[in-house]
Amino acid sequence: MTSSRLSKGGRIDRSRSIRFLFDGKAYSGHPGDTLASALLANGITLFGRSFKYHRPRGVFAAGSDEPNALVTVLSGDVREPNVRATELEIFDGLVTRSQNRFPSLEHDFLAVNQLAGPLFSAGFYYKTFMGPAIGPLRGTRFWMFCEKFIRRAAGLGKAGTSPDPERYERMNAFCDILVVGSGPGGLIAAEAAAATGARVIIAEERPLAGGSLLASGEMIDGRNPAVWAREKAEALASLPNVRFLTRTSVWGYYDGNVLTAVEHVSDYKPNRTKGLARQRHWVIRTGRVILATGAFERPMVFPGNDRPGVMLADAMRRYAIEYGVATGSAVTLFTNNDSAYDAARALSIGGVNVVAIVDVRPDISGTCRDIASVAGAELLLGHAVTATHAGKTLSSITVQHFNAETGRVSGAPREIRTDSLGVSGGWSPAIHLASQAGGKPEWDEDLQAFLPPEPNQNWVMTGSAAGYMDTISVMSDAATKGSAKSRLVLPAVEAPMLDSSPAPVFEIEPAIKSQKAFVDFQHDVTADDIRLAYREGFHSVEHLKRYTTLGMATDQGKTSNVPGLAIMADVRGISIPQAGTTRFRPPFTPVSLGALAAERHGDLRPHRLTPMHDWHLANGAKTYEAGLWHRPMIYSSHGETIEQAYTREAKAVRDSVGIVDVSTLGKIDIQGPDAAEFLDRVYTNMFSTLPVGKARYGLMLREDGIAFDDGTTWRLGETQFLMTTTTANAGPVMQHLEYYLDCVWPELRVHLTSVTDVWAGSAVSGPKARAVLEGCVTGTKVDNDTLPFMGIVRGKIADVPVMICRLSFSGELAYEVYCGAGYGVHIWEALLAAGKPFAILPYGLEALGTLRIEKGHVTGAEIDGRTTAHDLHLDWMLSKKKPFIGSAMVHREGLKNENRLSLVGLISLDNQSINGGSHIVTDPRPREPADSFGHVTAACYSPALGKYIALALVKHGTSMIGNRAFATDLLRDKHCAVEIVSHHMFDAEGSRMHG
Amino acid sequence: MIIRCPYCGPRDVIEFTYQGDATRRRPDPASSDQDAWNSYIYDRTNPGGSHREFWLHGGGCRQHLVITRDMTTHAISSVAFARSIVAGESS
Repeated sequence: MTSSRLSKGGRIDRSRSIRFLFDGKAYSGHPGDTLASALLANGITLFGRSFKYHRPRGVFAAGSDEPNALVTVLSGDVREPNVRATELEIFDGLVTRSQNRFPSLEHDFLAVNQLAGPLFSAGFYYKTFMGPAIGPLRGTRFWMFCEKFIRRAAGLGKAGTSPDPERYERMNAFCDILVVGSGPGGLIAAEAAAATGARVIIAEERPLAGGSLLASGEMIDGRNPAVWAREKAEALASLPNVRFLTRTSVWGYYDGNVLTAVEHVSDYKPNRTKGLARQRHWVIRTGRVILATGAFERPMVFPGNDRPGVMLADAMRRYAIEYGVATGSAVTLFTNNDSAYDAARALSIGGVNVVAIVDVRPDISGTCRDIASVAGAELLLGHAVTATHAGKTLSSITVQHFNAETGRVSGAPREIRTDSLGVSGGWSPAIHLASQAGGKPEWDEDLQAFLPPEPNQNWVMTGSAAGYMDTISVMSDAATKGSAKSRLVLPAVEAPMLDSSPAPVFEIEPAIKSQKAFVDFQHDVTADDIRLAYREGFHSVEHLKRYTTLGMATDQGKTSNVPGLAIMADVRGISIPQAGTTRFRPPFTPVSLGALAAERHGDLRPHRLTPMHDWHLANGAKTYEAGLWHRPMIYSSHGETIEQAYTREAKAVRDSVGIVDVSTLGKIDIQGPDAAEFLDRVYTNMFSTLPVGKARYGLMLREDGIAFDDGTTWRLGETQFLMTTTTANAGPVMQHLEYYLDCVWPELRVHLTSVTDVWAGSAVSGPKARAVLEGCVTGTKVDNDTLPFMGIVRGKIADVPVMICRLSFSGELAYEVYCGAGYGVHIWEALLAAGKPFAILPYGLEALGTLRIEKGHVTGAEIDGRTTAHDLHLDWMLSKKKPFIGSAMVHREGLKNENRLSLVGLISLDNQSINGGSHIVTDPRPREPADSFGHVTAACYSPALGKYIALALVKHGTSMIGNRAFATDLLRDKHCAVEIVSHHMFDAEGSRMHG
Repeated sequence: MIIRCPYCGPRDVIEFTYQGDATRRRPDPASSDQDAWNSYIYDRTNPGGSHREFWLHGGGCRQHLVITRDMTTHAISSVAFARSIVAGESS
């Protein structure tokens, strides 16, 4: 005989049946059941295999503290692993599967791991990672060898691979008071708080309010406590200033009283309404938090304590009272405290046969003795369980004399037949959220538990979470925590008088051990592992945790934390508070990634499109992304390769004229009486001397002397400048300028406005560029006198005002034409029409890149956060007449070292293309890794030179000119013989753009 | 963490960007004292307690703020516009 449904009791709806699958077999349960209670009612006690040793494991708890009974929920192709069977509400058609077993739960091959016990002891991974010092498996090779076996054997459920079709939502909520938990403390605190008119949110992780009241044998106002709790919760939920969230687990507590929670909206429902989210993620910002999170019962550590059939005494009670399930036909209890007697009382009222109570204490109160006698249970005081025995499920336990003072086991073993053992090692307040908030818990000798610390944010704890272990004191504390001025009339509670102080016994360690004694069930950490960690020098609790993985499983050590610390304190010969405790971190319970992401999945980046984007697409542009911008790469015609297309486009620019969309350049409007002074400080060169109507190329450094960004800045008026930045650096430059105005030079009267999106820009380049403008610009002349190099004029094109600046990135005679963004296409088309006689061609970024590589102009590929003005041969731009950002550091010796990489050009000698990123080496195929003395930053085919060329950063760059080397790309196995040349590879004297 | 921007009101930290230590002082721009510049650019203290730092409210008013924050508890004791603080100190 094993677990079964009782003939009466429980808050399940016995009039209806629910069918579900577990490991392919159909079972039935009732509405109100969890998977755990329903399987227990069907006589199933084996739920899974353990993490390392593949030991058979049964259900151990009845809530979120469950370490063993983890299952995978399947729905179609979607699988959700590691769901606690104790929290999973069953519904018609639910499909579940046990985990970490092969081929089946009953017959598991890897159970042989139990025989290899010592191999998997504490620090196993660390020892394996290191590997032996000598031999063929030295170093990490042993790990490589073991890895595939270990990955298969160790672990929890397998994650799914198909996309999750479910919908998830997220919500932000604001309130005055957040109450976490709705047991007797949470309900009373919320009632007191709500009475003040405050906005209150109550979050309860279970489907029903009530907490401990749901399985209590007490009476409240002469009524069933579960009914009292339900009515109290309904009354609260009906208040206009209260929001009552059930199935909502608060999992994180962050700075500024920001808490996070997951609400299970519909994942317990068989037929989900279309559009209804499966889970909803809450971010709750609250003035005050009342943590009424209750307490977790602790297991006792003794040999064989992980057998299916062994569980927490309180879980046993909850299965009987809440679900009408007897976990065995002859149950026994093993305890170091009075709460097991309360459980015994509830169990016997519920119709469960309690045969014996084993208590480590030599003496107990009269109340406890009475309870044992009413329940008809044999009382074994001063005894402890020293072994368990089982076939498929627990069949008996061995009991011996135990001295709670010395911890010594003695006397003849006695066997007691039992199919279910409830253990209670005392209670640990659920201080997880308070610990997350940053408080250091304090040890309470009386309760043998860590109590919540002094609040460091605006929170309080109440109920058993605060160490109040009986309903009467819980309620009176909660009322004052809810509101200091509370005048709530508290209900009358009828309960036996029990002592909340356990005997300080955590582990039973008989002299001869034939069975493992587990501390952390989910990670298979035994008491001996903790002692081994101690012997190997891992004494601090933080080291213990990481070395043994104690408390690091998905249950976050809810049941294992205190027993583990107690055992370490014992071997070190110090007290538990001296040993200390680790800090709890989010999440309190596992959170699905879907809930965190909610609707934020797929491509979340903004896509920036220029005003001419549609025109580009309609005219054959192949685009790529440059930063967030989509920019034309080439305009392809009839099956050209990319190289053919950009070669054709670049050639058109050199031969006649081309046009390129430059709207993406960063543009910052700089105005104010001190604008010129400001620019003198941020640029390396002088801007205060720039005449109105002229532009100048400028270079910015970082404070440490490294090059930051370049661009042209146009003086539009005495106190107004338009700065352009590289496309990629538009944001960082703006932030850089704002920083200096706010934090360094607040006295400067300058205002900055980002106008990147306000202007559309078209650059017209080539020998015929002036002719194109002459054909369409009105209101101004564009000849060399009116519009000299770096000059600015205003005029109109096709009746729309434009600003034209003569500057060149291509090295050709070139103009940038700016207009209001809304007229971008209008102006672009007008320029194309005017260029028609000259066969104007639109060109993309590839051709733009080709033209600048030929000229040796730098971009972000060369201004890479490591190069200086010297490295890029831009040191002529460093003014000696004024300080500027970086001026004090730019001349540091190390930044002028000849060893530094500096800019050169490369010309392919074997008519092969040079791969970007190639390393510059002397020997293309060295036998051993050889020193690279530079790398390629940009490469192309140059139609102007008829050769494959590149720009590169090379050690001793200038003095290497004329030498030969190899550009070698080991990844793509491409090695190209090159000659190192000056970076000015085409029209070095710049005659073309000045013409 | 919530920062009370003097212009925008209490806002979540996600709207702000940390901009570094606000206690360091930039040397005289014309100075070529390498030690002073080195210290300004590279030396940072990490005090276990109250510290002043610049934050940019990039998701709001785009103002730099000077925030006094306890490095161990993250408790913020004061928030002000950087411009007024820096101007006040240099005058």
